[in-house]
Amino acid sequence: MALRLRELKKGDIAIVDRVTAEKNLGKRIRDLGIIKGAKIQIIGEAPLYDPVAIKVGDTVLTLRNNEADYIFVTKGEGKHE
Amino acid sequence: MNKVNIALIGNPNSGKTTLFNLLAGTNYHVANYPGITVERKYANVKYKDQNLVLHDLPGTYSLTAYSQEELVTRNFLIKDRPDLVIQVVDASNLQRNLYLTIQLLEMNIPTIIALNMVDVAEGRNKKIDISVLENKLGLRIVPTVARSGKGGNELLEAILHHSKGSEKLNITSFSYGNDIDNFLSEAVPLIGKSETESKWLALKYLENDEEVMSENSHQNFHSLLMKSVKKIENHTKNTLDTYPEVIIADYRYGAVRNILDNVVTQKDHSSRIYLSDTIDKILTQRFIGPIMLFFILYLVYKFTFWASEYPSGLLESFFGFLSETAESKLPDGLIKSLIVSGIIDGVGGVLGFTPLIFFMFFVIAILEDSGYMARMAYMLDRIFKWFGLQGNSVVPFIISGGIAGGCAVPGVMASRTIKGKKERLITILTVPFMPCGAKIPVFALLVSAFFTGDKGLAMLSITLLSWVFALIVAKIYSITIIKGENSSFIMELPPYRFPTFKGLLLHAWERTWMYIKKAGTTILAISIVLWIMMTFPQLSNEQMSVLNGKSDNEIAEFALKNSLAGKIGASLEPISKYAGFDWRTNIALVGGFAAKEVVVSTLGTAYSLGEIEADDTESLSEKIQKDPSWNLGVAISLLLFTILYAPCFVTVVAIVKETASYKWGLFSVVSNTFIAYILAVVAYQLFGVLS
Ligand SMILES: Nc1nc2c(ncn2[C@@H]2O[C@H](COP(=O)(O)OP(=O)(O)OP(=O)(O)O)[C@@H](O)[C@H]2O)c(=O)[nH]1
Ligand SMILES: [Mg+2]
Repeated sequence: MALRLRELKKGDIAIVDRVTAEKNLGKRIRDLGIIKGAKIQIIGEAPLYDPVAIKVGDTVLTLRNNEADYIFVTKGEGKHE
Repeated sequence: MNKVNIALIGNPNSGKTTLFNLLAGTNYHVANYPGITVERKYANVKYKDQNLVLHDLPGTYSLTAYSQEELVTRNFLIKDRPDLVIQVVDASNLQRNLYLTIQLLEMNIPTIIALNMVDVAEGRNKKIDISVLENKLGLRIVPTVARSGKGGNELLEAILHHSKGSEKLNITSFSYGNDIDNFLSEAVPLIGKSETESKWLALKYLENDEEVMSENSHQNFHSLLMKSVKKIENHTKNTLDTYPEVIIADYRYGAVRNILDNVVTQKDHSSRIYLSDTIDKILTQRFIGPIMLFFILYLVYKFTFWASEYPSGLLESFFGFLSETAESKLPDGLIKSLIVSGIIDGVGGVLGFTPLIFFMFFVIAILEDSGYMARMAYMLDRIFKWFGLQGNSVVPFIISGGIAGGCAVPGVMASRTIKGKKERLITILTVPFMPCGAKIPVFALLVSAFFTGDKGLAMLSITLLSWVFALIVAKIYSITIIKGENSSFIMELPPYRFPTFKGLLLHAWERTWMYIKKAGTTILAISIVLWIMMTFPQLSNEQMSVLNGKSDNEIAEFALKNSLAGKIGASLEPISKYAGFDWRTNIALVGGFAAKEVVVSTLGTAYSLGEIEADDTESLSEKIQKDPSWNLGVAISLLLFTILYAPCFVTVVAIVKETASYKWGLFSVVSNTFIAYILAVVAYQLFGVLS
C-alpha cells in the first residue's frame, strides 16, 4: 500500500514507489537519487516538523513536507526512536 | 604546444574547488556547503612543459540545466567544448555522482575521473575496486584526497597522458528502453548531425530542456521533433503513466547500478551509522537543536567581540598616535588638515575594526566548513519560509552581518545558493539591513554616548532589531511586490567535517583583505573627497571681515557651514529635522551612502573641523554627548536610520549585478531610505518628547 512520504514517522524506512512531481521539482528529486525503488529513511525533523531530513543511499537530504507529498512510498520495517 | 582546456565538473560539494586550488595553487572559496562556487574561475597551470587552463565550475547534479549555476556549467561544456573534463567524484557517494558520469558519457566528452574523498569512503569501511570501475566506465580513474593534496600529481600525469593523445575514448551508448530507443534512432536522421550529438539533442528535447529547445527553435528539425516528443509523451503517459524524462532517469540509475555491481564492498555493516548522523541526533534534534543554535550564535558573538577587543584597541591607539604626531609635527594649514582630519581619521577609523571583521569571518568560516551552516538552514527554513525567504537565506544573512560584523557585498553574492527566484530576490534586498562591520562603529558611538547600562547587551539588541526589521520587510515584499510560488528546499546536508586551520585562516583573511583594500582605496578616496567638500569653498575676505571679533570656534563652524558639504547638509535640514538630524549628521549620512564606514569619521571630521581648538583628548562620543542638539531621541533615530537606510554604493552595485537589473539597485536605495526615514521620524518624535 502506497503512502505519502509525509505520513512516515521518524525512524521509518520505506521504498519509493512513485514520484509525481513534474518539471523543476521532479528533476531535482530525481537528481538527488529519489527514484522508484530507492530506499529512504526518515532520520530527523526540524523544530516545527518541517522540513524533514531523510537518508537516501549515503546522502542526507532535507525536504519540505509539501515536497514530500509528491513522493509515494511503501513502508518497510523500521525502528521508531 | 597548444593550451589544453580542462573543466572540473562534479556534484556540488564534491571537492572541485579544493582540487582546483591544489592543482593551480589558488585560494578560492571552499566550504562544506553545497553550491558555493557560482561562477567559472580559471587558472593557467604549467606541468612538464604542457600549458593547461583549468576551469573550476559550479557544481551540478545533472546536465539538464534549470538553475543559473547549472547553466553556467552546462553551457561551458557545450559552447566552449573543453578538451578534457575532470569529473570530481565523491567516493563516499558513488551512486549519485556516477549519475552525472553517465550524462557526460552521453555527451561523449573526453573525461577523466578524480575519485575524490577516498579518505571518507575508507573511513566508512567502503572498498572501491578502481580497476573494475575503470573497465566498466571506460574512463581513467585517479583516486585523490584533494584536501590533503594526495593524488594531485597522478592526476596531472593522467592529464598529460591524455593530452598527448595516448588515451582513446570508447563511445558508450546506453539503452533507455524500447520506446525511447526507437524515438532516438528516428530522431538521429531527422536532426542530421553526428550520431552522438543528434542523440544528445533528442534526449534534451525529451527531458524538456527549455534552453536547448529555444536555442534550436529556428532549426528545420525543431517542429517535427517537438511533434514526436508530444507523441511519445502521450504514449508513455497512457501506457506507463509516466514521462519520458522519468524513464530516462530510471535507466540512467539502472546503468549506474550495473556499473557499481561488484565495485563497492562494505566491509563492516555496523559502521553504516556514520559519526555525522550521530552528531545530528543532538545538534539538529527538534528541541535541543534550536537551543544549541542560539547558544552557538551567542558564543560566536561573544568570542568575536572578546577576541577583537585588544587588537582593536592597539590599532586605535596607533592611529591616535599617528594623528597626534601629525598634529604636532606638521605646520598648520590645509595639508595638515587634509592629513589629520581627512586621511588618518577617515581610514584609521575604518582600519580599527579590522580585527573584528577578521574574527567574525573566521568564525563564520568554522560554521561553513564544518557543515553546521547547512544545519542552520535546515532548522530555520520553516520560519524563513513564512517571511518569504528560505533556509538557504541564512548564509547571506550571516555573511552580511547577521551575528554582527560582516559585509553585505559577499552576502548579496552568497545569495546565489538560493534556488528560488522569489526567495533569492527578497534575500538580496533585505540582507543590507544586517549590522555589517561598517555600521558597527556608528552603533558603538551612539551606544557609548547615550545608553547607560550593559553596552554588550545594547549591541546585541541592535543586532536582533536588525533581524526583526529585515524579516518584516521581507514579509512585506513577499506579499506585495515580489509575489510568486515558494520554491523547493531540497538540499543535501553534507557530512560534518573538521575544518582545516589553513582553510579557516585563508577564508577569513580573504574577506578581511577585501575590507582592508576597501579602506585603502575606496574609503581613502571618499575621505579625501569629503574633506575637500567640507573645506571648500573657503571663507572669502568679505565673510571674514563680517566675522571679525567672533571666537575661533564660531568662525570654524561658519566656515564648515559655508563649505559645499555644509550647504548640502543644510539644504537637507528642512526634511531631516523631523528625524532630528542637523546639517552635520546629514553630511555624514550622505557620505555614508558611498561607504557606511565614513559615517563616524565624517561626523568626527565635522566636529573637529568645527572647533579649531579641539580638545584632543575629547572623543567624538563625548563631543556629541555635550552638544545640546543631541539627545536620546536623536540617538535612537540615527540608530534606526543607520540600520535601515540605503545600502552603500558597493552593495548597490552588487545588487544590480546579481539581479541583472538597475531597477532593483535603485529600488533598494529608494525603498530602504524611505522606510528608514519614516521610522527615524517616528522614533525621534516619540523619544524626543520623552527626553
Ligand atoms: N575528507 C575530505 N574532504 C574533502 C576532500 N576534498 C574536499 N573536501 C572538503 O569538502 C568540502 C567541499 O569542498 P569544495 O572544494 O568547496 O567543493 P566544490 O565541489 O567546489 O563545491 P561547490 O562549489 O559547492 O560545488 C570542503 O569542506 C572541503 O574541505 C577530500 O578529499 N577529503
Ligand atoms: Mg566549488
